[in-house]
Amino acid sequence: MSDIVLETRDIVRDYHIGGGLFGAARTLRAVKGVSLKVEKGKTLAIVGESGCGKSTLARIITMIDPATSGELLIEGEKVDIAQTGLNAEMRRKVQIVFQNPYGSLNPRQRIADVLAEPLIINTDMPAGERRDRAMQMLLKVGLAPEHFGRYPHMFSGGQRQRIAIARALMLNPTLLVLDEPVSALDLSVQAQVLNLLADLQEEFGLTYVFISHDLSVVRYIADDVMVMYFGEAVEYGSRDEVFSNPQHEYTRTLFAATPRADIDSIRARVARREKARENA
Amino acid sequence: MAGTNAQIGTASAATKGQRRAMLAEFWYYFSQNRGAVIGLYVFVAIVIIAVLAPLIAPHSPSLQNRGSFLVPPVWETGGDWRFLLGTDAVGRDILSRLIYGARFSLFIGAVVVTLSVSIGVIIGLIAGYFRGWVDTVITRVMDIILAFPSLLLALVLVAILGPGLLNAMIAIALVLQPHFVRLTRAAVMSEKTRDYVTAARVAGAGNIRLMFRTILPNCLAPLIVQATLSFSSAILDAAALGFLGMGAQPPTPEWGTMLAEAREFILRAWWVVTFPGIAILVTVLAINLMGDGLRDALDPKLKRS
Repeated sequence: MSDIVLETRDIVRDYHIGGGLFGAARTLRAVKGVSLKVEKGKTLAIVGESGCGKSTLARIITMIDPATSGELLIEGEKVDIAQTGLNAEMRRKVQIVFQNPYGSLNPRQRIADVLAEPLIINTDMPAGERRDRAMQMLLKVGLAPEHFGRYPHMFSGGQRQRIAIARALMLNPTLLVLDEPVSALDLSVQAQVLNLLADLQEEFGLTYVFISHDLSVVRYIADDVMVMYFGEAVEYGSRDEVFSNPQHEYTRTLFAATPRADIDSIRARVARREKARENA
Repeated sequence: MAGTNAQIGTASAATKGQRRAMLAEFWYYFSQNRGAVIGLYVFVAIVIIAVLAPLIAPHSPSLQNRGSFLVPPVWETGGDWRFLLGTDAVGRDILSRLIYGARFSLFIGAVVVTLSVSIGVIIGLIAGYFRGWVDTVITRVMDIILAFPSLLLALVLVAILGPGLLNAMIAIALVLQPHFVRLTRAAVMSEKTRDYVTAARVAGAGNIRLMFRTILPNCLAPLIVQATLSFSSAILDAAALGFLGMGAQPPTPEWGTMLAEAREFILRAWWVVTFPGIAILVTVLAINLMGDGLRDALDPKLKRS
């Protein structure tokens, strides 16, 4: 199994800012030459603080925004949307799930239409078959048939994220970009959605690019981990390598800053606090 | 609790009789607003009156009854049962003229709103969606139009096109349409950055589909309110143009024109001025109330679930 689904070589993305009445225009380099490879069926997690270029990279991989320079290869095929545009075939291969489940569903579309829309646009499947496919997918992500005719505002955040995942899977993509898919959900729902993602990956042989700032989530789901810091990939390796032996200073800071919630560390913390109180 | 029950009812029925359930849901939210329901009833009544004008009106609107000039309404001394709301200076029955005038007012409102909404929404959609120089050109032109006092601009346009009801309607539509352009542009710009639009694009939707199917339906709520308000302001502007002698020409029984003809009798015969004025007021108020209720009912974001 060494099919490379996604490969990027020195991806760079610049944003041009300003040039307004006051102050000259300047260029902000959001992503500074990131190279990565993801094999079929694996999960690459991209970790970093807010504003480090994770989401920009996600949008480039999903072919929403073009890269300023560098190469993007999907299943070995080179893609450059700035130059040649994008055909429907390529578009189907990569889909995305957004962070905010409240903004990613059209408030005026029933769930049935949300799920059927990708099929309407990309295939000439008859309406009845579209409906069946949409219903199957709805059941697969753990929702019930009676949810089919409802509007997004009738759902909770976790349910909406399931719908967003179902929509992304309607076109049988090979690569799914998950842009902080569980950051807006509470802890118990996070676990449900992560388990759902793991099940779906196994069933459909999906490849994930999982963007997150939450290390405990990353540790659970990732095969490989990339740490980004101010647009640069400062650490890239398998999960165990990165977690057991972080090379870069920033990665170590990041691990140290993660709140620890296991029983032992809580006991240790309580003991330390009591000792401090006795001394005082 | 009746509210939540109705909600569950409409939701589960949606899969079966979709069209009917949607209508029921719409009516449920619309009827929450008492003012809107009253506005709707009044508006429907005006529409019925306008449609059935030849059957309802006791006299012809242009028939001049000799010997009964400026007859006061029935409840005043000297009133005549043949003329319930009195007659004007040349002996025409005011009630009949008001009934026929409803036709003109609704016609003006409908034509002006259709014209300005369809043109304004498309221009605004293009400006907000494509941005760049297209947007700059469009907004500048609209800013220039908005910088004129609306009635004055309409007056100038009518002066150029020539007085008459049709030209007045075109002029008013042109004056009202920048509001729709601005409103649509602003709504499109804020909706365009939302994730669901990006998701639709990732699913392969093209520009036209994104503009009309994905973004536009989510911008409709403010447009509906603006459209109803414009319906009433079109009636008002047409009446004002008529009053200034630039709109409908006499002897057309248009409410504004009636006011203009009655100007010199304000002190002597109050009914000649008051009743057309009240007709305009009631119509405009009913439509405005209705517009408010429509917004509540049509916007899923305002629904409590």
